[in-house]
Amino acid sequence: MKKFAGQSIIDKLSERFEASKPQLTSNTTIAEVRKKALNHLVENGLPHPKAEEYKFTNLTRALEKNINFELETETVSVSKEDVEKLRIKGLDAYYLTYINGEFSADFSDEVAAEGATFTPLSTAIAGDNALASKYFDKLSKSTEDAFVAMNSVLASEGAVIEVKANTVIEKPIFIQHINTRSSDVQVKNLIEIGTNAQVTVIEKVDTLGAEPGFSNVVNEIGVAAGANTKFYKIENDTPTSYHISNIHVTQAKDSRFTSNTIALDGAMVRNNLDIKLEGEGCEAYMNGLYLLHGKTHVDNHTTVDHTMPNAYSNELYKGIMDEKSRGVFNGKIFVRKDAQKTNAFQSNKNILLTDDATVNTKPQLEIWADDVKCSHGCTTGQLDKDALFYLMARGIRKDRAMAMLLHAFASDVIENLEIEPIQAYVEAIITSRLEK
Amino acid sequence: MSDDNQILEEFTSKEYEFGWTVDLEADEAPKGLNEDIIHFISAKKEEPEWLLAWRLKAFRMWQKMEEPDWANVKYPRVDYQDIKYYSAPKKSKKPKSLEEVDPELLATFERLGISLTEQKRLTGVAVDAVIDSVSVATTFKETLSELGIIFCSFSEAVQEHPELIKKHLGSVVPMTDNYFAALNSAVFSDGSFCYIPKGVRCPMELSTYFRINAANTGQFERTLIVAEEGSYVSYLEGCTAPQRDENQLHAAVVEIKAAKDAEVKYSTVQNWYPGDKNGKGGIYNFVTKRGICEGDNSKISWTQVETGSAVTWKYPSCILKGDNSQGEFYSVAVTNNYQQADTGTKMIHIGKNTKSRIVSKGISAGYSQNSYRGQVQVMKRATNARNFSQCDSLLMGDKCGAHTFPYIDIENSSAQVEHEATTSKIGEDQIFYCQQRGIDEESAVALIVNGYAKEVLNKLPMEFAVEAQKLLALTLEGSVG
Repeated sequence: MKKFAGQSIIDKLSERFEASKPQLTSNTTIAEVRKKALNHLVENGLPHPKAEEYKFTNLTRALEKNINFELETETVSVSKEDVEKLRIKGLDAYYLTYINGEFSADFSDEVAAEGATFTPLSTAIAGDNALASKYFDKLSKSTEDAFVAMNSVLASEGAVIEVKANTVIEKPIFIQHINTRSSDVQVKNLIEIGTNAQVTVIEKVDTLGAEPGFSNVVNEIGVAAGANTKFYKIENDTPTSYHISNIHVTQAKDSRFTSNTIALDGAMVRNNLDIKLEGEGCEAYMNGLYLLHGKTHVDNHTTVDHTMPNAYSNELYKGIMDEKSRGVFNGKIFVRKDAQKTNAFQSNKNILLTDDATVNTKPQLEIWADDVKCSHGCTTGQLDKDALFYLMARGIRKDRAMAMLLHAFASDVIENLEIEPIQAYVEAIITSRLEK
Repeated sequence: MSDDNQILEEFTSKEYEFGWTVDLEADEAPKGLNEDIIHFISAKKEEPEWLLAWRLKAFRMWQKMEEPDWANVKYPRVDYQDIKYYSAPKKSKKPKSLEEVDPELLATFERLGISLTEQKRLTGVAVDAVIDSVSVATTFKETLSELGIIFCSFSEAVQEHPELIKKHLGSVVPMTDNYFAALNSAVFSDGSFCYIPKGVRCPMELSTYFRINAANTGQFERTLIVAEEGSYVSYLEGCTAPQRDENQLHAAVVEIKAAKDAEVKYSTVQNWYPGDKNGKGGIYNFVTKRGICEGDNSKISWTQVETGSAVTWKYPSCILKGDNSQGEFYSVAVTNNYQQADTGTKMIHIGKNTKSRIVSKGISAGYSQNSYRGQVQVMKRATNARNFSQCDSLLMGDKCGAHTFPYIDIENSSAQVEHEATTSKIGEDQIFYCQQRGIDEESAVALIVNGYAKEVLNKLPMEFAVEAQKLLALTLEGSVG
């Protein structure tokens, strides 16, 4: 018998789908996808606590308890100051701002770079934009993850970004989400990077107020041959907000994709990062830092699927768990039969600062090809006592010495963040945390 | 070498008929599993009431359980009603001397370096003719009983030491632990019982070799080892020679208890029938092995060399309950052709200053799938727990797979846990180097594989280690080139 969870949520979602049916099913191609996703949800439910993929993260129960999933239409005013405050200081970017999942032209910049086009998802669907049908629920599949299915049923807004071949977008594109409701926000971004193009996309989700909110964001990113894409995900939401992110990437020949995931706060955060290397000579880099305190629960699930030869992937995730926080890491590396000469590396390092903090990690290697170099390493421990002693012997107070060592621990990942204002932003948060 | 190869080729490609024709004995249970069968087994073994009740309880639990499907192995579902759960020791036609034994089998023994008397025993040459072996066994028995060590078959122990069995049976692996453990609890046929009294250091390796009637313990074995305070024992199970068995399903349970300052070393070499070259037939080996370090400063060490069975599902584990207790797991798992192995360990740190070490070496060849699945858990109160895990995989060819699923769950900030895994293949330069020095390719592969697995093989008792090395080479023959 199949184990079923989240019935009450699914009932509400079905109701909502029926209520806004005309709007959600205006485009016939997308309508099909939505119906299929809903059927899948109704049949299979949300992740059961025993489901392997959500074993340590009972998001279903947390949502049932905290989020009402009612359709809210009430408009809220968000001030310019709020929007500015939640951005990153000193970062020059094309800001695309969404309030409660609705695109806000007032707060957003025009993406004025040549070769790049931005369309809100609703417009793209209404206008039968080719990218919408090409990517919507295509790279991420509703059959594989219940939250992707949920997103595919209800997501009516998001960003559709196309970068034409051979264009280099100098300024990063910053997708900013600000939520104010205790309900859910479903957003889907579809991004296509043309041959040899280069772009950086940053995504940050924030909640205003102390109400618990839930945001479910899916990014589907197609990286064409020779292109270079960097994706930043900054998670520093309120301690009562729930978030799930699905980033699904396919890479063509000789392309490069870098993902940087920085998790700093939130009630429960789940990141699914799934990269498929579908051409020869691809490179994928995954950096992650989770610096947790309070009762924050962050779960990073990453998958790299090597399907073609001569590809390279490198993953580095580091975590510092303080107070009653919990860090979960699951890194999968698949090396398929044809992916000879693959180099795949993975490293996950954790520090527990208190006995109330927990870490659950599962690095997973699955290999079907013989001429490969693959390794993973995983450590959990505490700060080096000798190093601490060394610093204290030189007259540095214990808390200062600890802060220095934790900074050093996190610096591997921070150094990989190529954008200086983001580095500074993360550094400042670490410093303020450690000084507390 | 080529002659040997040919022999081996024939040997491995041959459908094995030896031992498959058995004259049906009168005391054999009909196929299927129900409470009557359990009554039947229990009555046959003249078991006390409480054991029957225990079996029945396990059976009722088992009926409510579902067969686990999380392991990374695929096999057709077992029809549990199509299995005979009890048959008395088989009286098949026994060859009178080694001359009557399949020469190819003997050739294999020769290559494994198994002594003549051992060969006779393994091929089932009437045991009473093997005077040496009998006398050896008797002498051993005397020495052991002088020290107060009990080492006998499980049924014997039930009759003679019921209080010990009653106290310890199911205390490490409860009957409801998992599907196969429950099945075993309901229908276990026989096995070994070993009890080391306080302060006794067992002077020899206890091996199922020396227990003569261990030859036919059947498919649902149950082993219980109890080491009292300050005692030490090294226990060997299995044997390097190919074991031909008609039972497809093996669901054994091994329980180990180590009291304060006790040390138990458990070594296994498993070489059951892996099925033919096309993956037909072969044994399903679903084993639950677990030890508990109950007392402070106790130590349990598992060493396994897995080369046989079509499907292996086996996770020898240690519960480190006592302070300063230690758990170790050393494993070499080799899969070839269509074999599948999902094996690993669990180290549960409960006590303070507990240490564990895991070294797992997987070797996959042919079309096989080899998985390491392990868990290291540090509970909240287990301060200063320390674990080091290393799991390496070696792949030969691009048709096989190597998988690692390590779970690391830490709830204590003073824990230090490290895990590393690598995957590699045998380097062409390494083979070239050997060939340049006149070592042919097959031997070079054997040499390199043995070097790769050395860390584990070194942990085996010496005689075993020599055989295991040869066994590795033999299992992998023909998989490179």
